[in-house]
Amino acid sequence: MVPLSYYLILSGILFACGVTGFLIKRNIITIFMSIELMLNGVNLSFVAFAAQWHALSGQIFVFFVMVVAAAEAAVGLAIIIAVYRTRETLNVDQVNLLKL
Amino acid sequence: MSVGLFILVSLVKIALVFFILLTAVAYTVWLERKVVGHMQNRWGPTRVGPFGLLQPAADGVKFLFKEDLTPPHVHKTLYIAAPMIAVMFALTSIAVIPFGNWVAIGDTIYTPLQITDVNIGLLVILGVTSLGVYGIALSGWSSNNKYSLLGGLRASAQMISYEISLGLSLVGVLILSGSFSLREIVQAQSGHFWGFIPKWNIFYGGQFVAFFVYLMAAYAETNRIPFDLPEAETELVAGYHTEYSAMKFAMFFMAEYANMVTVGCLATLLFLGGWSGPIFGPYILQVLLPVFWFVAKVFVFMFIYIWVRGTLPRFRYDQLMAFGWKFLLPVAIANVVITALIVALRS
Amino acid sequence: MHLILFLIFGAVCVAGAVNLLLQHHPIDSALSLVVVMGALAAEYLLLGAEFVAAVQVIVYAGAIMVLFVFVIMLLNAGEEARSGGSRIAWVIGVPGMLLGGILMSWVLLKHSGTGQVEVGSLPGSPQDIGWLLFHDFLLPFEVTSILVLIAIMGAVVLASHAQSAEKKEG
Repeated sequence: MVPLSYYLILSGILFACGVTGFLIKRNIITIFMSIELMLNGVNLSFVAFAAQWHALSGQIFVFFVMVVAAAEAAVGLAIIIAVYRTRETLNVDQVNLLKL
Repeated sequence: MSVGLFILVSLVKIALVFFILLTAVAYTVWLERKVVGHMQNRWGPTRVGPFGLLQPAADGVKFLFKEDLTPPHVHKTLYIAAPMIAVMFALTSIAVIPFGNWVAIGDTIYTPLQITDVNIGLLVILGVTSLGVYGIALSGWSSNNKYSLLGGLRASAQMISYEISLGLSLVGVLILSGSFSLREIVQAQSGHFWGFIPKWNIFYGGQFVAFFVYLMAAYAETNRIPFDLPEAETELVAGYHTEYSAMKFAMFFMAEYANMVTVGCLATLLFLGGWSGPIFGPYILQVLLPVFWFVAKVFVFMFIYIWVRGTLPRFRYDQLMAFGWKFLLPVAIANVVITALIVALRS
Repeated sequence: MHLILFLIFGAVCVAGAVNLLLQHHPIDSALSLVVVMGALAAEYLLLGAEFVAAVQVIVYAGAIMVLFVFVIMLLNAGEEARSGGSRIAWVIGVPGMLLGGILMSWVLLKHSGTGQVEVGSLPGSPQDIGWLLFHDFLLPFEVTSILVLIAIMGAVVLASHAQSAEKKEG
């Protein structure tokens, strides 16, 4: 038996790590991975709540989050490749011009 | 069955299955060299033991005693971890594969011929094999060699592309059997129709299209000819394992052949009726015959693998991608739609 | 037993997440994220969500993260250039985050009532999930499929970017 709050705290820690990575990292790919980490933290709380309230729809939301994450990864990585082609860098500080 | 006995039986099963798997891997290599040799009008291995049967042992000893080189400027940790990742995930998936009925030994032991029966067995296999790509990708990247890198890039792109077709080709079987458990999928295929034709998915459910898609995708997933672009000798030296030697190289080799065995087992379970076949005689035969049928079907599958290797040339990379995305994927989706329609109309 | 397993996999999760922050090379970060996802799959199994756990491994660890590793390899991304963070971030940010975390944990522990979760308390069998997904959530399902279609087309258009000859994309 594990209290629900433990799961929520774990998910909160993961989300906080994601936010921190998003703020302190300078490599655009790592920033992207931090976003995935945040989504994973949220997924954990969805599944924990689903188990708590005996409602399967909590698990369904996880699938939707995954689909959105997959779509986001595909488009985002394509954008990263396009940026790298024109700028030759992955450092977000150096990607500071609106035009190519 | 008490807990202690259960653990003991499980340990015995694990040891037995892994011993058989590793032997099978070693002798698949022997079989391949022998069969391809005869196809090319050569003898294959003949010197070590009768018919060269001890060749795998000799190879093993050779791999163990060769010098283990680590080239300079590699990413040390990943370079060492990559072959271990590859072989670990290749060997893990055998854990959920059933190869026979339940057996009773005496009055106390009643156990399935399978390490563990998981109700999402098929998904476990898909998940484990999809993680196997890390071994190849990381070995290519950490070797710090352009040929390795190209091999790793090709392998990861190829494996994610064909995984989609592979997964979709299994959906038809899942619709027909209504379960993810490999044991239940096999049980759904027992019996005959029209009196004599076995009710295997490849004949009965109209899944031969799915079987074809599965076969092609499986060749690409295991990086075998005609899809062995990641290690194409003529262009990439040896692809992702160019920089590996001795036991680390042997691990990649083992991983490749263990994956072939897994893919063969999966094809047998899903399309060829698993261990079903004529069963007769006393109890001990009734236990062993299903295992024999299972092994025989896997053997046929492996033989086709080797046959194809001896026959077909290698694809070009753009042909490989076009084949996967423009031909296999639509065919797999069409198969899913048609199977679903048939099942819906029938019920 | 449940608590011990939860703590082990939770510790692996947190260690992986922190390692993601500490590593300088994107490929090391990517691999630690894979570890986080694997440990999360184990947590889902503890909660009884077996199908979610399997899909987590197949989709997240086996496809999305492979895509990340692929792009890192393709662009040959090197060590990350560190820009010195401002001192205010260290002085206020880190203690503030710790304080907020402790406060949140305290509130959760205090006010979440007696909610206890058993091992495998809600078996999310594939049948039930499929039933929900294709009956109650049919419209969202179709909308996400359109979203995925748009994403595929967007990725192809962005990555194949006419001017360059090589047509490599994940």
